Amino acid sequence: MAIQSDKLALAHDPMTPRVMRVLKRCHDGPQTVTLDIEPGDSAPFQPGQFNMLSVFGVGEVPISLSGAPTDHDRLRHTIRAVGPVSTALTRLSKGECLGLRGPFGNGWPMQQAEGHDVVLVAGGLGLAPLRPAIYQLLSERERYGRITLLHGTRSPADILFHREIMAWRRHRNIDIEVTVDHAPPDWRGHVGVVTRLISSVPFETGNTLAFVCGPEVMMRFAIAALKDAGLGDETIYLSMERNMKCAVGFCGHCQFGPVFVCRDGPVFRHDRLGGLLNLKEI
Amino acid sequence: MRGLERIIRDHPFFAGLDDAFCQLVYGCAKNVRFAEGDYLFREGEAANRLYLLRQGRVALETKTPGRGTLIFRTLNTGDLVGLSWLVPPYRWAYDARALESVRAIAMDAACLRQKCEEDHDLGYDVMKRVVPILIERLHGTQIQLLDVYGDPV
Ligand SMILES: Cc1cc2nc3c(=O)[nH]c(=O)nc-3n(C[C@H](O)[C@H](O)[C@H](O)COP(=O)(O)OP(=O)(O)OC[C@H]3O[C@@H](n4cnc5c(N)ncnc54)[C@H](O)[C@@H]3O)c2cc1C
Ligand code: FES
Repeated sequence: MAIQSDKLALAHDPMTPRVMRVLKRCHDGPQTVTLDIEPGDSAPFQPGQFNMLSVFGVGEVPISLSGAPTDHDRLRHTIRAVGPVSTALTRLSKGECLGLRGPFGNGWPMQQAEGHDVVLVAGGLGLAPLRPAIYQLLSERERYGRITLLHGTRSPADILFHREIMAWRRHRNIDIEVTVDHAPPDWRGHVGVVTRLISSVPFETGNTLAFVCGPEVMMRFAIAALKDAGLGDETIYLSMERNMKCAVGFCGHCQFGPVFVCRDGPVFRHDRLGGLLNLKEI
Repeated sequence: MRGLERIIRDHPFFAGLDDAFCQLVYGCAKNVRFAEGDYLFREGEAANRLYLLRQGRVALETKTPGRGTLIFRTLNTGDLVGLSWLVPPYRWAYDARALESVRAIAMDAACLRQKCEEDHDLGYDVMKRVVPILIERLHGTQIQLLDVYGDPV
């Protein structure tokens, strides 16, 4: 009995990775793979939260949950290979094991968004951490006002979750605009920066919340465009990325000015970052 | 009010245009249509017109060795197509192709330039309308050049 409860304590120790198996691996664009991982006894997650995923002998990195919070049969993560650990994760096949800790961090302000219009601005892979929020918004559609997704990416071949975006467009009550930085001549969508899409959305200022996720430069420009469109800093939420080690607020590795991204974020209300996003030195 | 005059007044580019200026601008304008696939202009040609889109989408594109034709910008209803008419040598630097059926106001660039030259108040008014578009496109291009979604491997 004593051994069992020790085991249980260990299973819930946030610093100890649990060994999980990959249930499914699917290619989701250039150097991008979505892994379905067995959930084990993982706690339910909030849209916007992340797990620490490790490949044994290589390392551990934070990766957002990209699946539906109501899907209790798998933990879904979408990973782009950018360096050693992320590349090793994208190379895992069905049946292989990885380490998993989490879920960590806060999430998107789903409750505050109730009764409001929501505009989601996703740059590149930034759509992955926003997808659970989209699932939740759509599954509780009547609780929210107008929902708009603006997705900017590099080229048509890089559009993340392309088929799903088309399905959302067809069947769901959500306005979606996708723009790419450049395109071949047969592309019929927008070409140009995502900030341009923002200026074309009719916002009901005072009743709109914005969720922004993507490369930091893109987020800076997107926030400026949202503010130009009349949104207040207190209505703009963004998901920050910093390198992490402990993910539980011990080590300071993810420090961003006065905050720890793992503990206080990764989702921050823009006014609470107090202009840090524009500081070169940070 | 004449049909074209109303169309000019209704276009976002000319929003709030002074009556006298509208008369001047009117003399340089005409209504045009393009079918899907038509070129509004091509790279290297004389930039002797500018287009104010009333309806439809236009792709700005260029040919790149090894990659074929690339669209680097699309413009929509309400947008101004073409900026090279503004400064010498008045030559288009890219192609503009209708992605769908397009209706536009075409302005004779030499006519507009001359009217701006003759009436600097009009010239200043036109500049105040063009420069923000230039800056917005410059900023857009800057972000595109940064390749923020690029592949770091
Ligand atoms: C809260 C949070 C959530 C995240 N969610 C996801 C996710 O859902 N999917 C995902 O693929 N990644 C996500 N990331 C980023 C991911 O953690 C990093 O890509 C990963 O740590 C890189 O580790 P590495 O060992 O593979 O590469 P490193 O050796 O650490 O880096 C290799 C190269 O990639 C660059 N790089 C590092 N991180 C990034 C990045 N985020 N974007 C672009 N270039 C980068 C480095 O500058 C370096 O040039 C998230 C990060 C945080 C903090
Ligand atoms: S990663 Fe250790 S404090 Fe955030």
